[in-house]
Amino acid sequence: MLYLDHAATTPIRPETRVAMEPFLADGHGNPGGMHAVARAAKSALEDARERVAAAIGARHPLEVVFTGGGTESDNLAVAGAALGAGRRGGVVFSAIEHEAVRETAGFLGRLGCPVVEVPVDSDGLVDPDRVAASCDRDTAVVSVMAANNEVGVIQPVAEIAAAVREMSPSISVHSDAVQALVSEPVSIDDLGVDMLTISGHKLGGPPGVGALWVRDGLVLEPVLHGGGQEGGRRSGTPAVAPIVGLAAAVEAAVADRARFRRDVAAARDGFEQALAGLVPDAIVTASTVGRLVQHSHIRVPGVLAENLLINLDQQGLAAAAGSACHSGAVQASPVLRAMGWDDRAARECVRFTFGWTSDPGDGARAAARLVRALDGLR
Amino acid sequence: MKALVAMSGGVDSSVAAAMALDEGWDLVGITLKQWVGDDGSLPITGCCTLADAEDARRAAATLGIPHYVLDFTEEFAERVVDPFLDAYAGGLTPNPCVACNRDVRFGALVDRADALGCDVVVTGHHARVRDGDSGPRLLRATDRSKDQSYVLHAIGSDALRRARFPVGEITKGEVRRRAADLGMRVADKPDSQDLCFLGGSGPRDFLKTHAPDAMRPGNFVDVDGAVLGSHDGAAGFTIGQRRGLGVAVGEPRYVVSVDTGESTVVLGRREDLLASGCTVTGVGLIAPMEGPIEGSVQVRYRSEAAPALVTPAGDGGWVVEFTDPVEAVTPGQAAVLYRGDEVIGGGTIDRVAGSISRATGTISRVAGSISRVAGSISRVDGA
Repeated sequence: MLYLDHAATTPIRPETRVAMEPFLADGHGNPGGMHAVARAAKSALEDARERVAAAIGARHPLEVVFTGGGTESDNLAVAGAALGAGRRGGVVFSAIEHEAVRETAGFLGRLGCPVVEVPVDSDGLVDPDRVAASCDRDTAVVSVMAANNEVGVIQPVAEIAAAVREMSPSISVHSDAVQALVSEPVSIDDLGVDMLTISGHKLGGPPGVGALWVRDGLVLEPVLHGGGQEGGRRSGTPAVAPIVGLAAAVEAAVADRARFRRDVAAARDGFEQALAGLVPDAIVTASTVGRLVQHSHIRVPGVLAENLLINLDQQGLAAAAGSACHSGAVQASPVLRAMGWDDRAARECVRFTFGWTSDPGDGARAAARLVRALDGLR
Repeated sequence: MKALVAMSGGVDSSVAAAMALDEGWDLVGITLKQWVGDDGSLPITGCCTLADAEDARRAAATLGIPHYVLDFTEEFAERVVDPFLDAYAGGLTPNPCVACNRDVRFGALVDRADALGCDVVVTGHHARVRDGDSGPRLLRATDRSKDQSYVLHAIGSDALRRARFPVGEITKGEVRRRAADLGMRVADKPDSQDLCFLGGSGPRDFLKTHAPDAMRPGNFVDVDGAVLGSHDGAAGFTIGQRRGLGVAVGEPRYVVSVDTGESTVVLGRREDLLASGCTVTGVGLIAPMEGPIEGSVQVRYRSEAAPALVTPAGDGGWVVEFTDPVEAVTPGQAAVLYRGDEVIGGGTIDRVAGSISRATGTISRVAGSISRVAGSISRVDGA
């Protein structure tokens, strides 16, 4: 199976497995206890926190809050900031945010928070001035992802943060860097944001663990209430083994980034160049703007993504469509709709995402399988 | 050779997949997402819901075949639900399963099979297909009590040629035994009962939400026109219905006709339900029919077929004359003609001819027109 669905989840890196193994074999300590077993767990937890903090340039490790994954981090950032200090603060977010942000904004809207969705252009780019213009004195938090999970378009987060800051320094800026961190340099200083979402399983860590970096001093209402772990921001006994795995994966991904960019770009570009010759009517989404090197979002006019994905699966190529419902059926993607696509075009798109296990030749191999999968579909 | 197997998550289609696999087909398992609830999401339990899709996925995994859920909500709404609402609004009682099999499972799904390179479509229907001199023949199932040839009558010869119904060859008990032998958790899953998209409620609740114009308050009247009570909408009452009428007249009363134009529901005695014949429109044939056929006609799903003389009446119509009167022959339902176990064809019941003196004027007029048509046909035959 040629696996080109790394944006959905990517294989666990060997560094992750090695780091986690001791805690799976004998990792029963609760970091909150007052004995040697607990202390061992606690020091592993804090060591992991330091490593994640260092990877993104955080000033203090305690600014890193471990969570149950990217979705929880987004919920904590957006809901936590909007509801912080007993407020019903406003939320401004882009129309192409992940559901973890969009649905949280919907929830906050039902609670009475003013919610503004900022449209994107036809390439899926968010305009910093439009974001700033959507803010007012009720706005508590702005959320714009570092790069989109479907089409891979990289957003001008630093410009957005600066524009919002100029408008009002009291507004918190959050960015979901779940897809970007594996291939793009992510430094919180350069981005100028206040909160950053990280997910484990998108960069070679285990699923079910993530982190939210929160700038020191920011007031957040917790989403999970309980025993007050993670500095009161995320209750629940920390999952030491997955957290250690997350830290190892973040470190490994940062160390591997230059190689990743070279190999994956070669594979992705090889794929798109081969397609240009083999399937000349295929259209690469957002090909003229900055995209993640691992993303290739392709529309083949006249071919339903649903059918193409099934044939690709039969040809031994794992790819994805934009959006699936709970039963697993392909749906027209809200991201593409936000980019102004009609339903029909949106249902003809397939996302190929390369990853750390891809080799440069995978692009040409994938193109050949895509040609075979298209056979009979038109 | 590749086959698409439509897996509903029920025991029949799960075992159908297992049997097709044994026959050597290279299978692609498909579950159709056909409808969503009024809030836009699928309920967890009930027919064609999340739990069913999961059951189908598990059955496919047990068999080691790929499985996908395809979104057919648009096709289903356009070709099944909308005509269903239109028919009720027109005072008819449709059978949406006939339209679903014709237009979705053996229509749009066969087109998908083409796109995916599948030669045949396997389903869990209880019916049998045999080769005949003039094309495929559709026969009743081995397990007569589970026979579904009635709802398959309209799928047409082309679709039938590519359809495979493995469980139609065995009994339901045998289906469940095989599922249990394979360790499938659906082995003892109950058969689905209701129409999937009604979400467990009756058609009247669904019509109130989706066709409010067809649900205007009106009267229950007796066969002579005397008012017996009132109702909040004529559509959705079914001929022969006795329960849920909300009127008491001291003895059992049945719905004998429905007029949505006047919003009037006529109630009568059981004998008022008897019909001597009916006309049928939109007839499709599976077996050749040169002239009148003496066979048996089934007028409702899961009911006995009644002996009848069926005469072609031009423009794809039939005149049906029952040997003995038949109860609750209902406009909008399908009439399917069988010769023995074989489906000749079928269409939609249009007008019903009463057999008794209490019949209304409309019914007598229809009866008159039937005998005229029948007469003209016998004259043609005689010549």
